[in-house]
Amino acid sequence: MARPSLRTRSPEEQAARSARIRASWLLSTPALILLTFAAFGPLLIVLAYSFVAPGEYSGVVWELSGQGWFEVLFTRDIFDDTVSLAQAHLSIFWRSASLSLLTTLITLIFGFPTAYFIATRPERQRPLWLFLITIPFWTNLLIRTFAIMEVIRNEGIVNTVLLNLGIIDQPLQMLYTYGSVLLGMAYVYLPLMVLPIYASMERFDFRLVEAGYDLYASRLDILRLIVLPIVKPGIVAGSILVFVPSLGAYVTPRVLGGGNNMMLGNLIELQFGQGRNWPLGAALSITLLIIVACALVFYVRAANREDPHG
Amino acid sequence: MADRTFEVRRLPGMAAIAITCFVILYAPIVTLVVYSFNAGSSVALWEGLSLRWYAVAWDNVAVQEAAIRSLVVAASAAAIATVLATLAALGTTRTGPFPGRMTIYTLINQPLMVPEIVTAVALLIFFAMIKVATGYTGLAYLIAAHAAFCVPFAYLPIRARLEGMDLSLERAAADLYATPFATFRHITLPLMAPGIVAGAMLAFVISLDDVVITEFVKSAGQDTLPTYMLGQLRRAISPEVNAISTALLALTVLLLTAFFFLNRKRN
Repeated sequence: MARPSLRTRSPEEQAARSARIRASWLLSTPALILLTFAAFGPLLIVLAYSFVAPGEYSGVVWELSGQGWFEVLFTRDIFDDTVSLAQAHLSIFWRSASLSLLTTLITLIFGFPTAYFIATRPERQRPLWLFLITIPFWTNLLIRTFAIMEVIRNEGIVNTVLLNLGIIDQPLQMLYTYGSVLLGMAYVYLPLMVLPIYASMERFDFRLVEAGYDLYASRLDILRLIVLPIVKPGIVAGSILVFVPSLGAYVTPRVLGGGNNMMLGNLIELQFGQGRNWPLGAALSITLLIIVACALVFYVRAANREDPHG
Repeated sequence: MADRTFEVRRLPGMAAIAITCFVILYAPIVTLVVYSFNAGSSVALWEGLSLRWYAVAWDNVAVQEAAIRSLVVAASAAAIATVLATLAALGTTRTGPFPGRMTIYTLINQPLMVPEIVTAVALLIFFAMIKVATGYTGLAYLIAAHAAFCVPFAYLPIRARLEGMDLSLERAAADLYATPFATFRHITLPLMAPGIVAGAMLAFVISLDDVVITEFVKSAGQDTLPTYMLGQLRRAISPEVNAISTALLALTVLLLTAFFFLNRKRN
């Protein structure tokens, strides 16, 4: 993008420019109003709710209280008032973090070769391969989760085949486990990893690889010293795109995890449903938001480091 | 030269993993689609080809209502989001960089960054307040929420289209004494139309697919197809849900294929 010129502007130019800027804001205003009321404005209410006391049955009582934030990590014994760490919450935090990291890792292991494969197809074929990645990407997440469920449930196709072949005589309990949530998340978020890696690889100049081979590089050297550094921004972008929604996942752990494999998103939902502890739910939501914001800041800084011209 | 390049590009194992990847991506979906045509009520035992479950779903009043509601919400939300996104894209691309443009970008793309569950909870609280204050519990809440998270999906392709657009035609029109409105109507709008169509289609698909925000925002009896399906999962699984899934899938694939060919023709 060209730098703004340093020459001084005439008053007429200045006036025309500020009129254009005013028009820009004016044109963006309707969208910003809608988003203020139906997207980010209400987040401030959540923040406020995290600092008030829970109501008796649901909702809140409007008095300042740190109870919600306290209960994110701690629990007070109802009999002797001793404070201890909320083990249930800690295990859910740990599960969310480990599932999200593992999901990112698995999608990277499968996504990178897939992106590489598409990028090395003849140019005319590439849109078709990309389209094949795009279809699952735009397919309803619930439907894809549901498809995984059909495959791995006790009466599902895998167990039926294994039973009929006589390999097992009891259906394997695959559904409602840590593994089933991991499988489901890796499955639904895989396209999110492939697309940005492909984008960074699309214009990759394979003459660099040729030059590397001419200089006696091994295949591993080529991958490590030439391909990976160039597609690193795509890998970072893909990892963020998978990690962030994984951390806030709600549908996949609910459908594939059952009650015993809750993630942060399900814990939040619980506070607004059966738990009836809105301030705690609000505090958990803000916690999730802060973790996601940290991940995004990390990403922006990594991206800027990668691309000093951007 | 050609076969030389091919060899240079090859890294062992990549193609094998990639093909595995495509198989894994499609196998569960294909299974789901195939079993939606199963005559029996099992989701694993094949008892012959039939449209039985489509008929069951078609005759189910709850499904009919949810399907109509889904389409109404998606169409309204996509229309609102596309109009607002078009205006915002015009506002943020024609002037060049100006103070506050990054702020507008960030605010418009915010729904892509905030976890859906957090937005859902925020809207639950906020709309509950409005519902109590006004007594109105209609579909407008769902439409507003959907329109809001659809805005970035409509905005991105429209902005991309506008940024790649040649401004000389507009200048020529202005030189020929076209009014700003005539220029917009006859030059700018037709040129940006593919971006608008793409944006509207993405917004429609995104709205149609939403589960989490709908689940929290809907009032009683306002199920859309996805929340209806999620509700059904609690009970015994019926292949009826497979049939609904397949129908929804077909609609998505149809829209995407249209999008794919529109794009190809343009290029």
